[in-house]
Amino acid sequence: MGAKAENAVRPPSLAPSSSFPFPSLRTLKLKTKQQELLIRVSTLALIYVLAFAVRLFSVLRYESMIHEFDPYFNYRTTLFLTKNGFYEFWNWFDAESWYPLGRIIGGTLFPGLMVTAALIYRVFRFLTFAVHIREVCVLTAPFFASNTTLVAYFFGKEIWDAGAGLAAAALIAICPGYISRSVAGSYDNEGVAIFALLLTFYFFVKAVNTGSLAWGLASAFGYFYMVSAWGGYVFIINLVPLYVLVLLITGRYSMRLYVAYNCMYILGMLLAMQIRFVGFQHVQSGEHMAAMGVFFLMQVFYFVDWVKYTLNDPKLFHSFLRITLTCSISVGALALGVGTATGYISPWTGRFYSLLDPTYAKDHIPIIASVSEHQPTAWSSFIAVAVSATIKNLTTLIRTKSKASQTVSSKGTSSLKASAKASLDQALPFQRNAAIALLAGAFYLLSRYAIHCTWVTSEAYSSPSIVLAARGAHGGRVIFDDYREAYFWLRQNTPPDAKVMSWWDYGYQITAMGNRTVIVDNNTWNNTHIATVGRAMSSYEDEAYEIMQSLDVDYVLVVFGGVTGYSSDDINKFLWMVRIGGGVFPVIKEPDYLVNGEYRVDKGAAPKMLNCLMYKLCYYRFGELTTEYGKPTGYDRARGVEIGNKDIKLEYLEEAFTTSNWIVRIYKVKPPKNRW
Amino acid sequence: MDRRTLVLLFLLLVSSSSLGSSSSSTPDIRVLSAERRIDLTSSIVRVFLTLKVENTGASQASDVLLAFPPTEAEHLAMVKASTTEGKRKKKIYVPLSVNPTELPDTPNGAHLFSISLRNPLKTGEAAVLEVLYIVTHCLEPFPVEISQSETQFVYYHDSATLLSPYHVMEQITYIKTPNNKVESYTRVDPTNRAGTELRYGLYHDLPPYSYSPIIVHFENNNPFAVVEELVREVEISHWGNLQVRDHYKLKHAGARHKGIFSRVEYQSRPSISGVSSFKHLLARLPPRVHSVYYRDEIGNISSSHLRIGSQKSELEIEPRYPLFGGWKATFVIGYGLPLQDFLFESPDGKHYLNFSFGCPLLETVVDELTIKVVLPEGSKNPSSVVPFPVNQQLETTYAYLDVVGRTTVVLKKRNLVPEHNIPFQVYYDFSPIFMLAEPLMLVSAVFLFFIACIVYLHIDLSIRKS
Repeated sequence: MGAKAENAVRPPSLAPSSSFPFPSLRTLKLKTKQQELLIRVSTLALIYVLAFAVRLFSVLRYESMIHEFDPYFNYRTTLFLTKNGFYEFWNWFDAESWYPLGRIIGGTLFPGLMVTAALIYRVFRFLTFAVHIREVCVLTAPFFASNTTLVAYFFGKEIWDAGAGLAAAALIAICPGYISRSVAGSYDNEGVAIFALLLTFYFFVKAVNTGSLAWGLASAFGYFYMVSAWGGYVFIINLVPLYVLVLLITGRYSMRLYVAYNCMYILGMLLAMQIRFVGFQHVQSGEHMAAMGVFFLMQVFYFVDWVKYTLNDPKLFHSFLRITLTCSISVGALALGVGTATGYISPWTGRFYSLLDPTYAKDHIPIIASVSEHQPTAWSSFIAVAVSATIKNLTTLIRTKSKASQTVSSKGTSSLKASAKASLDQALPFQRNAAIALLAGAFYLLSRYAIHCTWVTSEAYSSPSIVLAARGAHGGRVIFDDYREAYFWLRQNTPPDAKVMSWWDYGYQITAMGNRTVIVDNNTWNNTHIATVGRAMSSYEDEAYEIMQSLDVDYVLVVFGGVTGYSSDDINKFLWMVRIGGGVFPVIKEPDYLVNGEYRVDKGAAPKMLNCLMYKLCYYRFGELTTEYGKPTGYDRARGVEIGNKDIKLEYLEEAFTTSNWIVRIYKVKPPKNRW
Repeated sequence: MDRRTLVLLFLLLVSSSSLGSSSSSTPDIRVLSAERRIDLTSSIVRVFLTLKVENTGASQASDVLLAFPPTEAEHLAMVKASTTEGKRKKKIYVPLSVNPTELPDTPNGAHLFSISLRNPLKTGEAAVLEVLYIVTHCLEPFPVEISQSETQFVYYHDSATLLSPYHVMEQITYIKTPNNKVESYTRVDPTNRAGTELRYGLYHDLPPYSYSPIIVHFENNNPFAVVEELVREVEISHWGNLQVRDHYKLKHAGARHKGIFSRVEYQSRPSISGVSSFKHLLARLPPRVHSVYYRDEIGNISSSHLRIGSQKSELEIEPRYPLFGGWKATFVIGYGLPLQDFLFESPDGKHYLNFSFGCPLLETVVDELTIKVVLPEGSKNPSSVVPFPVNQQLETTYAYLDVVGRTTVVLKKRNLVPEHNIPFQVYYDFSPIFMLAEPLMLVSAVFLFFIACIVYLHIDLSIRKS
């Protein structure tokens, strides 16, 4: 085992020392083993480059920029970190968001990503590479995706062999689900977290295989990195105990497992609690209880083993076992019950419930349901994973290497591997031809899969969504850069302390690009505050004015796609504002905005809809505009209807700025009128 | 360092000498005729002044003085003087040096500039001087705030008579306005207005320092584009590239925008809506320019057009939004240029960069310009030659793989107009051997890495032999 571990960490790049130092020309012909090594290393290098390159579509097609919503927050905090240092960052109270509440940034974020990027930046600066922090941020995710392929290789090698490792590396390099989260510019937690996740698993399996404390320590640090990077660490802290539990149940308990798990859990827990956002949750919240339970179970196992060894009498031991088990289970249940009842152990959060029951959020928490990220995954994507996993096993079949797979049974995509393998073992007696045919088929499928992945990456995942591109009438590319136009206008031409009210989707972007204070942002930590904004948007102008005055709002920003046909605008999101607003303030009732349960903006729309603030701000003076040839004025291209209220007068607000394609409209809140 | 003191000394000498000579010659010169043409058609005011001076004193006169009221002197960007030589067809203009000077008895804080003549005027001789002076920020918008549908009116303050330390025999002033919409103007008879031209004069026999204030209130919808701060970084790489990065802080310095900005008005009625705003600017770049970019803090600005010609390249830039009065925009324009067009070797073996001073944007005022010429690492003895006084200092910048840093010559000047776009030179010593420093560093780093790998693989660190 020890020798094997040595092999894995050593870069497998050089020939055995016999042919060293300088092979003459005659000995240039490589031995089979060397050839294999060469092929393996070059394949891995190619995969490494591929994983990086396939994620660069967006940079080549658009520019080196940060994408979407959350990455802008991460970028802004990274900028702060590099400018002010870690200590300032850790204690940062951000008064620019959630006005007037503010947000304690250091205590409410996972700093792993920012610290990673800042470190890379520091290293570059130390090496006197004059790179901009933005470039580092944009390329962090692809870089870590490349590193993930290496980890996947070693992971696959650890649990099967080098070939499986290569297949795993290649598959993870082009896996669309991962690509969608790690394209260049998608500077989000997942970018580094997937790497940390796989690294932790790898180290842990390594620790279990070797029983080495060092690997256990490594996995604890891997786990710490994961915790610092992403809330998804809960996945590890539940999966690892599950894995240990399965091993326990299947009777594979060993000292190595004991060492590995205890080291990983205790150190990992202590380290994880250093992250302020996690803190004592790690020992209190329900999501972490499984790990703790398994930890105690492990001690019981060890204790029982010891007692068994000391007693040396099966009959006595059985009665002892019965008593201890009953006691420990009841004590555990009692502790859990008391803890939950007193609120010491927090109940599971809504997001966790919605993971188990996808319909939970839809019925109970509109704010979670309104985010497309939180939508349940379509079943088809699971099938795709299953297919790819099966193919992976088919390729390994040819090697006909039957090795006891004692380790993996519950890891990510490999979860299907065990079952697939079980059925394939019986397929061994088939002829060589059949295997070749299978291989050809697998090759075909794999190549189709690779093409599909590339296509999906280039078409679906590489749009920054800040800049919109469309085909013009003459086939040329038309760029809609309205978001940045508006944010830059805010940045340059409004007072530095102006407060901007918008739906929370645009909060991070306004603070990062517009550099102005926002009322709500994508952090969504305070539902009431968001509901207040939702209420303002769905009220009549005079009622909304009072709310805006109470929040010190200076500008209101809405996103409107009626001119360009951009469909993810505020009018289409409006029902969520009504729902979230109505969830807290019962004055807002969803049926008021619907006509016979139908959502419409044309003449047949509900009167409340036609006169609410959001409708007025989106369609102000839109009635004068001809958007499409042959259509009446005020024709909304996003919804394909002529709007119902063309004569909109604003009393308390005035148009401050509208971008060239009308996608973003900014209104200034007028000061209160004189009473006399 | 010593160079700067030298310049200072020289300046002192010049001013003291002019002071000495002019104080004796002031009363002895008189202006036979003065013709002033004031061009108010853009945001920059250009005044062409033709003076015919005569020496009436006993001694020779080598300097002629110009006087400016303090408000104008504050915004004076440039004063150029020339004299004509030769008759009609062979007429050539010979530039003369102009320096600020002071006299003990100037009334009301008037600022003086002295023009040094090429040949001193003998008694009774007359000479014709052509003077061009350019004033910025002197068109004052009134009303101060306008709405989107209004046009922009500005005030121009000046004097109907020429402010001069000399006796003026006859004088006339023409003022050219951009169009014939003149709201009002002060009458100082004889005053005449025809179309876009306003005439003050002829006035006769004006005593020294005579001043009669006038105000012209007229429409001026030209883009009042002002670059509040422009930092130009010019980086020389002896591998063949000259990299230029211009950081702009642009502002519309005209009448401030008031109230709403309506996109529908702006789009559908461009002729009457937002006429004083501007949405694109033209930058004139050198020919053979390559890899041009135009971006700001939040990314690329996707609206610009580049035309590359053999004489010049033109870059039409469009800020993210149209600029109305008081609105600002910051951006960066960067480009590369072939080095052989700009870097030359002087006879004494020094390298020198010959590059254009000033701002590439057309008809734009620059309030504060900083040019940073980043010399290659290892260059020594930098010195610069600029045709007008500037602030100079040295800095060190660090870029890719720099160890000792690159010497940077920093030139600063305030209040620039397009007329300042004239070449300046930076001289320095550079030995080509330094070009190899960075590639060698990279090579040795890679080499060391491989050595480290080999050493690692051949050391057995395990305690127990397996």
